[in-house]
Amino acid sequence: MIHPHGLTVVAKKVCQFIAPAIFLFGIYISLYGHLSPGGGFAGGVIMASALVFQVLVYGSLLEKLRKEEWRLEIAESVSIFSFLILAVLGLLVAGTAIFFGNFLPVGKIGNLVSGGFIPIGNLIIAIEVCASISLIFLALLIYKDEE
Amino acid sequence: MEIYLIIMLVLMILGSVHALHTKDLISTVISLGIVGFGLVISFLILSAPDLAIVQVVIEIITLAIMIAVIAIATFQLEKKQWRFSFVFYAATIVFFTFVVLLVSSRFSHILSFFGHHTTRMADIYMKSAADSGSANLVTGIILHFRAYDTFGEATVLVTAVTGVLTILRHSGKKNKN
Amino acid sequence: MIPFVLCFVLFMVGLFGVIMLRNLIKIVIGLSIMEYSVYLFLILIGYIDGGTVPIISECFEQGPYVDPLPQALVLTAIVIGLATKALMLSVAIRLYKHYGTFDIREMNKLKG
Repeated sequence: MIHPHGLTVVAKKVCQFIAPAIFLFGIYISLYGHLSPGGGFAGGVIMASALVFQVLVYGSLLEKLRKEEWRLEIAESVSIFSFLILAVLGLLVAGTAIFFGNFLPVGKIGNLVSGGFIPIGNLIIAIEVCASISLIFLALLIYKDEE
Repeated sequence: MEIYLIIMLVLMILGSVHALHTKDLISTVISLGIVGFGLVISFLILSAPDLAIVQVVIEIITLAIMIAVIAIATFQLEKKQWRFSFVFYAATIVFFTFVVLLVSSRFSHILSFFGHHTTRMADIYMKSAADSGSANLVTGIILHFRAYDTFGEATVLVTAVTGVLTILRHSGKKNKN
Repeated sequence: MIPFVLCFVLFMVGLFGVIMLRNLIKIVIGLSIMEYSVYLFLILIGYIDGGTVPIISECFEQGPYVDPLPQALVLTAIVIGLATKALMLSVAIRLYKHYGTFDIREMNKLKG
């Protein structure tokens, strides 16, 4: 159903322009998550939709996609492990000895650098959600084509 | 605001009834899109913009995955599509209508508050919202007050992805011997 | 009161689809409709008449805020719903490759 060689040249050129812009938009929404609607999950799924868009336009040649899959697995595992390290760091810092305690300074509401580790947490969650949803899409697409 | 919400809910019910009664599988998936995108407009009417962003993109990815799964089979259904006989089908519809009327009449004095504030726990979150340091209250809740739940959700996502990769693994090692 | 009853009717339509249909894809779609009705019900409980988006800012008028706690619960539930749908569809693909059909009445040969 997905064409193995992709769509026409016009679609491929338009995709080259638009897919990085969508990816950058996803990073922006997840970084400004504590000031405007959005956050980690919204930014993560927008980044995943950029990758899905690229797979739909460029086709599903099996060998090429299967060789690139290990990068997504590594990104997902590393991001969830670093989320755990962020949680344990709140336990170790002497200011607040709580698991997931907010150990960075809070600052003034409305600034970009405010709210403790909330921007860092948003970015880690965005990478994790993007890698998971892209991996689901690739698995349901690649493994159905072979027999 | 309530009249727009009722219109969207009626459209979603009509779309879902059509999704379950048609014989063509592609029409079914597109009618599921009616329910999903009607949900996006309902979220915007109810002042929840975070959820509208997430629901739009996930609905598009869901439709793409479902069409890719349907494409491995033929696109037409067989003639009979109900598990049991027609008498059981009519009796189930009557029973479900009775259940809806019973529940709505029994709980009408509890649920008649649409638009008024009832939950007590959220008052504590809204009063101490400035302590977390984020202007977006929803992000402050999921990453400062309830960060453990977000960690559990990430774990569930990783587990589901591992399950999908394990089930669909290319089983080529069995035919060696 | 009426939005809650219509939400319950949507849940009943999905439940009817899970019980009475034969095609495996339609059972998955019925389950998905049930999930959507539960998300809508949770957000409907926290709505206040004349309430604004729960963001502290000078742009929005300072009225009463809509309840942010159900929104935080539903936000994670939407993403997890996608993961469970993908898991169910991968099992459906495996069953189709084994039995050749999506009909659940034909799938009665338990192999070891």
